[in-house]
Amino acid sequence: MSDPATLKKTALFAAHQKLGARLVDFGGWHMPVQYVGILDEHKAVREAAGVFDISHMGEFYVSGANAADFLNGLLTNDVSKLAVGQGQYTLMLNEQGGVIDDLILYRLHETEFFLVVNASKIDEDRKWILKHLPEGMGFFDKSESTSAVALQGPRAVEIARSFLGAGWPEPKRNEITGYSWNCQSILAARTGYTGEDGIELFFDSEIAESFLFALLEAGKPFGLKPCGLGARDTLRLEACLPLNGNDLSDKRTPLEAGLSFFVSLTKDASFPGKDVLLRQKSEGLTEKLVAFRLKDKGPPPRPHYLLFQGATQVGEVSSGAPSPTLGYGIGLAYVRADCAEPGTSLELEVRGTRVPVEVVKKPFYKRAH
Amino acid sequence: MSNIPEQLRYAASHEWIKVEDGIGTVGITDHAQGELSDVVYVDLPKVGIQVVVGAVVAVIESVKAASDIYSPVTGEIIEANADLVKKPELINQDPYGAAWLYRIKLSFPEELNALKDAAGYKAQIGE
Repeated sequence: MSDPATLKKTALFAAHQKLGARLVDFGGWHMPVQYVGILDEHKAVREAAGVFDISHMGEFYVSGANAADFLNGLLTNDVSKLAVGQGQYTLMLNEQGGVIDDLILYRLHETEFFLVVNASKIDEDRKWILKHLPEGMGFFDKSESTSAVALQGPRAVEIARSFLGAGWPEPKRNEITGYSWNCQSILAARTGYTGEDGIELFFDSEIAESFLFALLEAGKPFGLKPCGLGARDTLRLEACLPLNGNDLSDKRTPLEAGLSFFVSLTKDASFPGKDVLLRQKSEGLTEKLVAFRLKDKGPPPRPHYLLFQGATQVGEVSSGAPSPTLGYGIGLAYVRADCAEPGTSLELEVRGTRVPVEVVKKPFYKRAH
Repeated sequence: MSNIPEQLRYAASHEWIKVEDGIGTVGITDHAQGELSDVVYVDLPKVGIQVVVGAVVAVIESVKAASDIYSPVTGEIIEANADLVKKPELINQDPYGAAWLYRIKLSFPEELNALKDAAGYKAQIGE
């Protein structure tokens, strides 16, 4: 762990302390891992609503007459499918087809785009984008001055309505709308990282604390709780949403990660890594990211644990945890392609002993509505 | 502020031990269970094995991570708390009582002198 004094803090750091959070080093950021407890917070998001500080994430703006074409040549998804006000999950790859980052791209105006990137990748992403940026194209990194919270759960949208008032233009799934709160511009996107419905809110860091406390107050009658990164991780794992650094890396392509839905190999634009992906697609994958569960109660899977079929090692866990919703250990792992079918029985090595696991269909958890 | 009973001895790695007639009962401290939070699984030592002071004897898994538990003394494991297999959450609820981890027959009772008393442990965790 780094020296706490050198850790970066979000504009909500003091708020977390007031709320009694346990703060830990999260990729160089001093972030709340939990307030009361991970299980409690996980449950709040599945049954009512939770709010997460996601101010550590990066926010970039790209604008210019040819912004759509530029981004289509940089990112895997098809930017031409994005109407103004819509967002899409997409990936930025290196020339080898490995994942630099996964992000959400929103089209704010015909020629202006908003990108939300992973905290740990802000510098790398910015450098990569600037390296490819054509002359005359605008690029702004507003990560420092922008704060954000993710309001997530079955009651999240009700809370947002109550908090923002009747005039709020409610975004539909994957949409983003602009509004104002206390005379300050905010953005609200119908996106999230928990497997629940929800709204991600972006605003100026100067109003971060008053915004969060007002939101918590408005959400109280709905059961809203502040939630930490611990619950965020178990929630996203149940929903099989990949975490860059665990399930995604510069050594793995999005096809191996099972993200081909977010990769357009048919669009005209060429993006870094496209040729590698086309080759991989025609030759077939040798390894795939799968979801697996423990067959019985037992020790939860953890990253880097190994998977076996008989005496042969066939895979390695990239994410794992006890599932609070399901009550047994779950994980994501890269396994040999012939072991990737749901129903395949494998063995997980935990501290020298073998535990039976089964490859299952993704995701582990899907909301009812 | 966590609970630190006066009558126990403490290891720097957050285990407590209570010794009666040469038999030690070992668990983890209230402070440690608070740090781990939400315990979901416990691996206990096998009865009959010999362990040395400082050896990993058990593993406690919380939602976030697996944490090694070190034996505060050398000796033979004579009993492990089977209740924890079904109810690992006892570690959060009653760390000094129902959630004892194992009993050990001490080989070298003088090893207790190297452990902290309540005041020493309290100072270590900064309370």
